[in-house]
Amino acid sequence: MKLTLRVWRQKNADADGAMSTYEVDKISSDMSFLEMLDTLNEELILRGEDPVAFDHDCREGICGACSLVINGDAHGPERTTTCQLHMRSFKDGDTIDVEPWRAAAFPVVKDLVVDRSAFDRIIQAGGYITAPTGAAPEAHATPVPKPDADLAFEHAECIGCGACVAACPNGAAMLFTSAKVNHLNVLPQGAPERETRVLDMVEQMDAEGFGGCTLTGECATACPKGIPLVSITSMNREWLRATRKVAKK
Amino acid sequence: MARTVWDSTVGKKTVMAVSGLVMLLYLVAHMIGNLKIYFGAEEFNHYAHWLRTVGEPFMHYEWTLWLIRVVLVIAVVAHAVSAYQLSRRDIKARPSKYVHSRPRSSYATRTMRWGGIILGLFIVWHLLDLTTGTVHSGGFETGKPYQNVVDTFSTWYGNVIYIVAMLALGLHIRHGFWSAAQTLGAGSRTRDRALKTTANVLALLLTIGFVAVPVGVMTGVVS
Repeated sequence: MKLTLRVWRQKNADADGAMSTYEVDKISSDMSFLEMLDTLNEELILRGEDPVAFDHDCREGICGACSLVINGDAHGPERTTTCQLHMRSFKDGDTIDVEPWRAAAFPVVKDLVVDRSAFDRIIQAGGYITAPTGAAPEAHATPVPKPDADLAFEHAECIGCGACVAACPNGAAMLFTSAKVNHLNVLPQGAPERETRVLDMVEQMDAEGFGGCTLTGECATACPKGIPLVSITSMNREWLRATRKVAKK
Repeated sequence: MARTVWDSTVGKKTVMAVSGLVMLLYLVAHMIGNLKIYFGAEEFNHYAHWLRTVGEPFMHYEWTLWLIRVVLVIAVVAHAVSAYQLSRRDIKARPSKYVHSRPRSSYATRTMRWGGIILGLFIVWHLLDLTTGTVHSGGFETGKPYQNVVDTFSTWYGNVIYIVAMLALGLHIRHGFWSAAQTLGAGSRTRDRALKTTANVLALLLTIGFVAVPVGVMTGVVS
């Protein structure tokens, strides 16, 4: 395959960026999108140019490191992570636009790399449970009803890649935050911090400069892990419940 | 608690949802009232007069009406201020656009902000036209709402402004009602279809119900 790539190039956080055009040839349809970018970077290095910076880690679709908005879609045309997107999703001769996640809370570090530490701070605000560390606890000590376990697991699938923020016209982090809140709030292990978790995480989310939810549903459409839009509804319910409970105290 | 709600994006959306539902409830009553115009001047004018005497003798003349007006003004202001502040925040949260972009969400969703502004301006015109009579086209007469309505919809611009606003209202309710349910945590997987259908039915009924009045005047059924 021969492709034309238009890639966002930006030297550093303070520099102005622009789209640069590159031609790549001999791309196999079995390559992943990241392998295609590796091919481009090898050529750029041989030519003595600066390679395109992009985030990646496990390349198995489970770590949440890879990003990229490809032709206007977070993680590209398939509902998966960029590392699991293969070149067979494109045609020979295609022009592909590659851009970084766009959100005020995700500043560009270089080229296609953005700083997603705002997510870490949301997790720090309440995305944990208080439990003694050490040997694994007895598995039957805290029974979890199967439907609750399934629901928690569905939300736990969130890999924190930030595609929801990138796809949201408001740069909102509601789907990410709701996945993390619901994951722990439906479990008995998460019960002691049920109220503070949702209040603190939402507060941190707002403090990071993410936008608000207008329920466009773009986040859930872009999510490579299929976190449903109704997750946001559940978080809203938890937030209202927690606000009422805290006010009573 | 009030501080927590107002300072949070989730809380401000709650304010929008509640104020929106209050206005929606009023609109249903308003639409049903409007349709009495099809039963002639006497019934319509009598209904309009009754609005001023509701609750008597407990309430004094027009007290109930003013109570409703106060609640509505609070709802409109709360809705608009939250919308303005949230929109400012949303725009700031996404400062740079994608080079490769296309319209994504549904038409009703994308037009919530402009639709809301149109509706706000419409309310101002509507009150100046048929409540105070300041910008009324004919000789506005207090206590003769039937004739006032006919006068308004006998002008081309009266019809255009009203019908455009009612279409905007339909779109606004279509996304707004369902969204309010999500914001208040009332949505769920099993209830989603029912909520979307209710939103569509409400949007359609209100638009048709309100537009029926200018259509009645235009076709001469109401004159």
